[in-house]
Amino acid sequence: MDFTQLIFGRLTLDAFPVHEPILVATFLVVLLGGGAVLGAVTYYKLWGYLWREWFTSIDHKKIGVMYIVLAIIMLLRGFADALMMRLQQAMASGGGEGYLNSHHYDQIFTAHGVIMIFFVAMPLVTGLINLVVPLQIGARDVAFPFLNNFSFWMTAAGAVLVMISLFVGEFAQTGWLAYPPLSGVDYSPGVGVDYYIWALQVAGVGTLLSGINLVVTIVKMRCPGMTLMKMPVFVWTALCTNILIVAIFPVLTATLALLSLDRYVGTNFFTNDLGGNPMMYVNLIWIWGHPEVYVLILPAFGVFSEVVSTFSGKRLFGYTSMVYATLVITILSYIVWLHHFFTMGAGASVNSFFGITTMIISIPTGAKLFNWLFTMYRGRIRFDVPMLWTVGFMITFVIGGMTGVLLAVPPADFVLHNSLFLVAHFHNVIIGGVVFGMFAGIYYWFPKAFGFRLDPFWGKVSFWGWLIGFYLAFMPLYALGLMGVTRRLSQFEDTSLYWYFVVAGIGSLFVLGGILAFIMQVYVSIRDRERLRDTTGDPWDGRTLEWSTSSPPPVYNFAFTPMVHDLDAWWDMKSRGYKRPLEGFQPIHMPKNTGTGIILAGLSVVLAFALIWHIWWLVIVSAVATAAVAIWHTFDYNRDFYIPADEVTQAEDERTRSLAGGSV
Amino acid sequence: MSSAPNAANAAARDGADHHGGAAHGSFRGYMIGFLLSVVLTIIPFWLVMGDVFGNNMVTAVFVLELGVVQIFVHMYYFLHMNTKSEGGWTMMALIFTVVIVLIALIGSMWVMHHLNTHMMPMSPEHMMHQMP
Amino acid sequence: MAHTASTLEVDSTDVKFYVEDDGHGHGEGEHGHASDGGTMLGFWIYLMSDCLIFACLFATHAVLGRNYAAGPSPADLFDLKLILVSTFMLLLSSITYGFAMLEMDKDRVKPTLVWLAVTFFFGGCFLGLELYEFSHLFHEGATPQRSAFLSSFFTLVGTHGLHVTFGMIWMIVLGVQVWQRGLIPDNKRRLMCLSMFWHFLDVVWIGVFSFVYLMGVLQ
Repeated sequence: MDFTQLIFGRLTLDAFPVHEPILVATFLVVLLGGGAVLGAVTYYKLWGYLWREWFTSIDHKKIGVMYIVLAIIMLLRGFADALMMRLQQAMASGGGEGYLNSHHYDQIFTAHGVIMIFFVAMPLVTGLINLVVPLQIGARDVAFPFLNNFSFWMTAAGAVLVMISLFVGEFAQTGWLAYPPLSGVDYSPGVGVDYYIWALQVAGVGTLLSGINLVVTIVKMRCPGMTLMKMPVFVWTALCTNILIVAIFPVLTATLALLSLDRYVGTNFFTNDLGGNPMMYVNLIWIWGHPEVYVLILPAFGVFSEVVSTFSGKRLFGYTSMVYATLVITILSYIVWLHHFFTMGAGASVNSFFGITTMIISIPTGAKLFNWLFTMYRGRIRFDVPMLWTVGFMITFVIGGMTGVLLAVPPADFVLHNSLFLVAHFHNVIIGGVVFGMFAGIYYWFPKAFGFRLDPFWGKVSFWGWLIGFYLAFMPLYALGLMGVTRRLSQFEDTSLYWYFVVAGIGSLFVLGGILAFIMQVYVSIRDRERLRDTTGDPWDGRTLEWSTSSPPPVYNFAFTPMVHDLDAWWDMKSRGYKRPLEGFQPIHMPKNTGTGIILAGLSVVLAFALIWHIWWLVIVSAVATAAVAIWHTFDYNRDFYIPADEVTQAEDERTRSLAGGSV
Repeated sequence: MSSAPNAANAAARDGADHHGGAAHGSFRGYMIGFLLSVVLTIIPFWLVMGDVFGNNMVTAVFVLELGVVQIFVHMYYFLHMNTKSEGGWTMMALIFTVVIVLIALIGSMWVMHHLNTHMMPMSPEHMMHQMP
Repeated sequence: MAHTASTLEVDSTDVKFYVEDDGHGHGEGEHGHASDGGTMLGFWIYLMSDCLIFACLFATHAVLGRNYAAGPSPADLFDLKLILVSTFMLLLSSITYGFAMLEMDKDRVKPTLVWLAVTFFFGGCFLGLELYEFSHLFHEGATPQRSAFLSSFFTLVGTHGLHVTFGMIWMIVLGVQVWQRGLIPDNKRRLMCLSMFWHFLDVVWIGVFSFVYLMGVLQ
């Protein structure tokens, strides 16, 4: 072993893709854009502010916002991948070769899937839950505030690793679940799969810990009077989602650990020889993978439930059935995983069992849809932006759900498996369900987080861009899938498919418009924040506890712990002439900020990078450093402080003035 | 509790006698648990090493059952599991986990058994035998 | 508290919407018992998730455990006497940890630390025996790379061993902390978490010796 290999492992100058013009251009854009942002932060001397108020913050609201910001940034990256794929397929289906070689194309569709699920959808969901749930249950923070900060930074660390893979080395070329033997060391000897493994492992730690944290928060920290059946539906869905997270992410961790043992140590779990069985990987990863889609969709259901009842001015129809439907979906989601590999060759009994359980899931989901419809029925509906997303969701999701039931029929699946029909189906439910839900949620709770509403005009533009774009982009894929076009193709023989791909490409441009309109919306709203200011704390005439606080809420959320008597607690308080307490405030006990989370996550990035490139000395150094920092942190017993009563009084007085229409 | 540090502080004020809802262990309890688990460890090893039944199937069933019993013993005497602690949530979490573990274990074995029998490459003689 | 709330609802003017005696607040999940703010429940849920990692490894062993690839089988490799001895090491460490907890309840720092040290010793014996077994297997050419059976065997048993190692490191750290600060509530809470962790590893080991070693030899 020569000296450079000892120092740098597998990392050589060849790892930097200077020969790929697309990547070089991307790198320059990232460099300029990133440089501009960093420069601006330095110029305006914001580093200290960011470090003190955000990076080290253990305030659940700020952590929630950081999750969502991370998700939006990664959405841009993931969507850029989508645009590139659409362009390539539109070009190549006309008979040409397109502009991407197949290695690059394979990395793009893998990165697209990984980023969209793990670093867009997951942080959006976790972020929104973090932001809203403690407020909805009348708590001052989550159960383990430091863990919350650490979880966020681990998720961000995973995202950083995926981004590094763009410019140093390569990403996996295996599809988003990295099936062996393709992802084994024989067929993927490069660093791509290792980036994949370690990005997901690092982010997985964060996800699991945040899952535990939020379950305990919801179980233990509800305010007096809030029994389980008085929790808002969003809290219920958050609880179920986090239970799912706790129960499935260990499976992902274990499965990826086995894959990495195959790659690093040479064991034979999923190899073709010496008794290994690649089908076991597929089995295990889908035990994680199927509940994972419910992790994403359940909170979206929760958002729609809140939005529908608020904007219809009515109590949610069938609250109890909503809760039971959520629970049934949670349990059922564990016994359907095989429908992802009907075609792998199980017998009729296995296939029909899993086909039937899959179809059964549509029953509680259907019940939910009827509940939303009946909530709207004879309601005083305000078609604000969140309501638009909700109606768009209801139509789109029903289509996606029905194609899902179609795919759940094993004989039909044998025809449609791995076709573009499947691709259209899951985008139909994930965009139409999760993405629409998260945008509805962001618009709905934005004033709570920042104190001013988002601009409705650009919100509507964004909605229509997404809705029209979605249908244009994915309806052709249904047709193509039925005609037998398989997924993950970069070249085509049959030029008759050209127009389908062109229409799909145009659809993706509409979605691009939707995303740009969203960014524009944020910009315009910040610019016009005085016009959009929310002084009441309750801009939508809301029903749940978070609207009883000021916008944005004080650090401590509630000066006095609320006491709940009814399902729609805030509505109940308003209708019974609730008066805000104006005096008698006491010091409030709060956790202190800490930089340990970001330091540990940073060290994890170094550790993962060293593992990916086989830089063994750095592996040892960073592993020891990580352990040392973690242990050192446990010696710090002094983790909290009191907010003095004066400060609380001051904050509450300011709110009183603001409510009276005085100063803002 | 409205926030974790509040809780820690509350515990500090309440003094040191509380176990966060967990049941209290006692010397007697630990000793009973220990003796039971010693017995429940020795029996299966004896069954296997001494080949007492002379029938692997029967022995396997006994080993598994004794294992399950011993897990219960540990859960009760060492982990102090009961339906009361943490308002029943620990028990609920345990039951849920057991269900998921069983689904994952039995499901995987069922699915993989199917895949193995249907998809394993057959020997040439076997294929000849299957030919019409 | 829910029950009292419903009786309050009779007259709307008298309804209380917040807890006046505050600064701390009271959770619904508390039920009158002193609460630790959820650390115990949180740690228990973490253990449940850990349990699922082991479930995956057990499932993998169940599926791949007979794929010897013309290599050695459990009957050729396993020395049950050794496993019995190491099982006893773990059982002894469990009971001694229990004694440490009993001393902790009596607020006696020194005996607590002594029993922790004894637990550490037995844990170390267990690990030593496991390493001895592994080196013996390696020596016979039964490496994790040899067959899928050995891959899953080493991974399952090794993961348990790693957990024990982690528990021992934790024990040292906690020992230092108890020695520095005494049995303050924070440290007691941590000792209880480690107790759960340590006994949980016992439970997993029951699965390992029954399912991997004993049933393995039977096959």
